Amino acid sequence: MATPRTMFEKLWDAHVVLQRDDGQTLLYIDRHLCHDGSRQGFTKLKNENRKVRRPDLTFASPDHYRPTDIKAVSEIQDQKMREILEELAANADRFGIHHFGLDSGMDGIAHVVGPELGVTLPGISLVCGDSHTATHGALGAFAFGIGASEVAHVFATQTLWQRKPKAMRITVDGKLGFGVSGKDVILAIIGQISAAGATGHAVEYAGSAIRGLDMEGRMTVCNMTIEAGGRAGMIAPDETTFAYCEGRMFAPKEDKWDKALAYWKTLPSDDEAGFDTEAVVDGNAIAPMVTWGTSPENVVPVTGAVPDPANEPDPVRRATQERALDYMALTPGTRMTDVAVDKVFIGSCTNARIEDLRLAAAVAKDRCAQVRTLVVPGSQQVKREAESEGLDKIFTDAGMEWREPGCSMCVGMNGDILQPGERSASTSNRNFMGRQGEGGRTHLVGPAMAAAASVSGHFADVRTLMEGKS
Amino acid sequence: MEAFTKWTAKAAPIDAANVDTDQIVPAPFLSRIRTEGYEGLLFYRVRRNADGSMDPDFILNQDAFKDAGILVADRNFGCGSSRENAAWTLWDNGIRSVIAPSFGDIHYNNEMNNGMVPVMLSAEICADLRQQLHDNPGAEITVDLENNVVVAPDGKPHVFSIPEFNRYRLLNGLDDVSFTLESETEIAAYEAKRKQEADWLY
Ligand code: SF4
Repeated sequence: MATPRTMFEKLWDAHVVLQRDDGQTLLYIDRHLCHDGSRQGFTKLKNENRKVRRPDLTFASPDHYRPTDIKAVSEIQDQKMREILEELAANADRFGIHHFGLDSGMDGIAHVVGPELGVTLPGISLVCGDSHTATHGALGAFAFGIGASEVAHVFATQTLWQRKPKAMRITVDGKLGFGVSGKDVILAIIGQISAAGATGHAVEYAGSAIRGLDMEGRMTVCNMTIEAGGRAGMIAPDETTFAYCEGRMFAPKEDKWDKALAYWKTLPSDDEAGFDTEAVVDGNAIAPMVTWGTSPENVVPVTGAVPDPANEPDPVRRATQERALDYMALTPGTRMTDVAVDKVFIGSCTNARIEDLRLAAAVAKDRCAQVRTLVVPGSQQVKREAESEGLDKIFTDAGMEWREPGCSMCVGMNGDILQPGERSASTSNRNFMGRQGEGGRTHLVGPAMAAAASVSGHFADVRTLMEGKS
Repeated sequence: MEAFTKWTAKAAPIDAANVDTDQIVPAPFLSRIRTEGYEGLLFYRVRRNADGSMDPDFILNQDAFKDAGILVADRNFGCGSSRENAAWTLWDNGIRSVIAPSFGDIHYNNEMNNGMVPVMLSAEICADLRQQLHDNPGAEITVDLENNVVVAPDGKPHVFSIPEFNRYRLLNGLDDVSFTLESETEIAAYEAKRKQEADWLY
């Protein structure tokens, strides 16, 4: 009998081009996503006078620098941003790669566009010059983020040198409570295992609570694997995955679909397969979460309070906590629901898919935003779908802004930012100092909690807010 | 890429865990191309007060540490964004090696792809090194890649390991792509096989 293997090992083995005696492995890359931030990779390629080896497997979409208040590149006021988007289009043209530009009707954040167009599929290896590439593992792919030198390497060779990461399984069993979404699951996981808890590992998320998530929720969970230090996150493909993939633009059709499906069903980890590291999180106990500090591991349930660093025995961690509280202008013991917000951001590759917008809209419906609130769909396709369901109307009726797709306020580089000292409730993935703009104070939450903060003006328990509403 | 054999320099202690790449170089600078340089941008925000003036308490603003060529940090250094600009910023500000108990995976590779040596030593050793640097501001550390050894200010050697593949490339300053293309036969063979066995991909 063959040795039992984890899904990660199966994915790894299927992509080995060659392995050196020192353990370094050359892996083949099935899909390479790039974006407007990948320009340094293109520059390296041009400087070395090389071509993209497999333009047919290379896909580009502008997202990081794309302002969310314009529809065409020519409308971009900021010269630098406009040039960066023009440069991506020119590079795509020059190297013959797929480009989902602003005029394609398919533009959006790479990690939203890839899965929804069927570029991302189970069983593939996928890389992107962006750390949240782990998102795509939600479909049962081996997907990881890389740096600019590696982007250039993949362009030129369609391969990457890798050391095999260790395999970790995070099992979340149980039934998620009302008002609890994929975002709360991953924040609870990071709170438990720390921001370095999965370092050096490829993580497989398993258990009934994970199985019960829809694809959007699974992508949210895998997306933030990097915030736990993990190299890649993945979830075994199942009927939910197959139903999601079927019929998408770049997904296999007819005979090829059948063949793919038969292969994908062999991917889940074998029962006897062993993991290097295991963690277990109780799904029943997860509440809606809010971060209070400047690392995603600084997280508490919305019913909780800002912790007191004095209770932290480790001096370095205590100092880090004190610095975080100082930056966030929070006092130990303050209840999270007493913390007022200045701005709300619903968007990013973590939480800007259709299901995320539905969760937020259910809370926003017939209520009024108390603070400026940006709702930024993850892609043009999500935007269209939301509009066909009337979600845009719910948001605008509540006084929220309905924008064009892009990374927006997740990262302070496209015009959507926090002002110094402003506090946000944000569905993005990083609460690092200055992430959303210099001096900005970011609290990470799920989409329903973000909408709840918007209509309350402070953090609020979405479960209480929605009581009596179905 | 510049070859790295041995590097002796003043070292600075960075007493924080989870130093993310947004701290090393903030997003608004990412649109700079490589040749524009990243000098003066290292820890751009963290080293400043809210009003924009330099924070004298920040370690790299202090005379004894401001021209450090090595950083000794705590766990999970370089976590977060994949921006290679973080490695460039360290390099352009004279840092050739970072010593920490653990690194963000992508940043770890980015450092090595830019001729830097990320050194992993235990949390205890890193804490001890930081303490020595606080006690003797301006003290030097040596990172010897030929012998896989770090020499502490107190003269004690600490053996570290780094993937042999990367060590070889660093010692010789080898470019990755040309090296990989020596395996063209294997890559082409894999592509042919993949096309046959997994035609659903194309
Ligand atoms: S939405 Fe944020 S995290 Fe996601 S790719 Fe864009 S900048 Fe990165």
